[in-house]
Amino acid sequence: MTKQHPAWSPYDNNGGTCVAIAGADYCVTAADTRMSTGYSILSRDYSKIIKLADKCVMASSGFQADVKALQKLLAARHLIYQHQHNKQMSCPAMGQLLSNTLYYKRFFPYYSFNVLGGLDNEGKGCVYTYDAVGSYERVGYSSQGSGSTLIMPFLDNQLKSPSPLLLPAQDAVTPLSEAEAVDLVKTCFASATERDIYTANKLEIVVLNKDGIHREYMELRKD
Amino acid sequence: MKLDTSGLESTSPFFGSGDELCPELSAAPSFSLPLSTDFDEFQKDTKATLKHAKGTTTLAFIFKEGVMVAADSRASMGGYISSQSVKKIIEINPYMLGTMAGGAADCQFWHRNLGIKCRLHELANKRRISVTGASKLLANILYSYRGMGLSVGTMIAGWDETGPGLYYVDSEGGRLKGTRFSVGSGSPYAYGVLDSGYKFDMSIEEAAELARRAIYHATFRDAASGGVASVYYVGPNGWKKLSGDDVGELHYHYYPVTPSTVEQEMAEVAGA
Repeated sequence: MTKQHPAWSPYDNNGGTCVAIAGADYCVTAADTRMSTGYSILSRDYSKIIKLADKCVMASSGFQADVKALQKLLAARHLIYQHQHNKQMSCPAMGQLLSNTLYYKRFFPYYSFNVLGGLDNEGKGCVYTYDAVGSYERVGYSSQGSGSTLIMPFLDNQLKSPSPLLLPAQDAVTPLSEAEAVDLVKTCFASATERDIYTANKLEIVVLNKDGIHREYMELRKD
Repeated sequence: MKLDTSGLESTSPFFGSGDELCPELSAAPSFSLPLSTDFDEFQKDTKATLKHAKGTTTLAFIFKEGVMVAADSRASMGGYISSQSVKKIIEINPYMLGTMAGGAADCQFWHRNLGIKCRLHELANKRRISVTGASKLLANILYSYRGMGLSVGTMIAGWDETGPGLYYVDSEGGRLKGTRFSVGSGSPYAYGVLDSGYKFDMSIEEAAELARRAIYHATFRDAASGGVASVYYVGPNGWKKLSGDDVGELHYHYYPVTPSTVEQEMAEVAGA
C-alpha cells in the first residue's frame, strides 16, 4: 500500500538573499527586493528587512508569509518588553528571543532564513545567523537565502577571521571601514545577481551605527 | 500522551494579564503542532529541504584525574557547511558541561533549558545538582518528545559530590552511565583512536592529547566534521578549556611535510 502524499503544501519559497556584516562600530544589513514564486516574479520592490529595535535589524529570506508572521510576533514581543522594562531590547536579547520563537515552531517550522544585525551593548557591530528552527550563533558576517552559497565563499575569502574557539584566543575583528563594508556588500549582490535567478532588481542596504539608522538602495540587474 | 512543557514555562508574571485581543501572546508558550498524528511524516519532504544543521564528532571520557570532553565545530546542512565555529561544548554551569550532536537547534534549546532547570534546583535546594540528576532531567524531557523527530545526542559531563560523572543522553530516550563515549557522524573514527590509546592512569596532558588526536582523526575522515577541535577538562574545581586548535593546522602538526632529498637531477644532454 503506497503512502498517500498530500497534493497541497503549506509552504512556498519566495527566494531572495540576505547579507549582514559586523564592523567595529557599525553593522551593515542588506537584502535584494525580488519576491518570486516558482518561475514567476511577484514583486520587484519587496523589502525583506525590518527594524525590530533601535539597535537591531532583521533580514529574512524564504517563505515571506512565515517571515511576515515572525516579524509581527517579534515586534509585538518587543513592545511588551518595552512596557515591562522601559527600554529598548538589545541586539543579543533579540537574538535569543528570535531563536526561542523559531524553536517554539519546531514541529511546524517557520520557513524563514534569518540574519540579525545590530549593535551590542558595547556599541560593537554584531551579526547573528540562524537556521530555520532556531539554532544561532554570533558571527562577524553571514549570508542566507537562495544566493547564500554564492556569496558566503566570497565573504569567507575577504573577511574570514580566526575562529573564536581557538585557544590561545586570536583577535577577530572585521578590519573594514563602514564605506568599505557597504562597497563589499554591493559587490556581493552584483555577482550573486549574475548567477541566481531569485536575486535581482534592487538592493536595499541598512547601516546601523551610533548615529542611528541609514538606508540606501542600489539598482541590480532586472532580468 | 502529555508533553512535558515545563521547559517552556515563562517566569514572567505578566503572561495571562493581557486583554485577550491577542490570546497567543498572553497565553503560556507552547509548541504549535500540526493537525496530524504522525509528526515524523508531516511535511517530511519540505523539512528535508530545510536541512537543519547537524553532523559532528564529540567525545568524553573519565580518567584518573577527572573528565575530558572534546568536540569539533562544524555544522553542515546537507552538503553545505553552514558554520565552522559552532560551540558544541555547552557550559551548563561552572562544573558541568554538555556536548552537542544531532540537530543544532534541538541541542542548543534543550541545553539552555537544562541550565535554567539546574539553576532553579540550586536555588530551591541550596545545593548543586548532581550529574545524575541533571542528566535525568534532560532524559525525561527528551523521552516525552520521543517519536516527534527531535535529534539530540548529548553527553553530560561534570564533577559533583560523588566525583567525576559522565552520562550519554539521546532523543530516543536513552540514558547511559559510562566512562567512555563518542557521539556523532565522526564517532566511529574517534572511537578507534580513543579506545586504542585509553588508559585510566593518564595525566591531564596525555588525556588532552588523546582527546585532541581522536577529534582530529574523525575530522580527517568524516566530511561532516571539521573546524576547530576544542578540549575541555572537568576537575574538582570545575571545568577549564585546555585547547582550541584548527584541525587543518593539527594535520601538519601531526604529519609535517618533509622536503624530500633530491637523488638525481636532470642535466642537459651535451650534443646529440
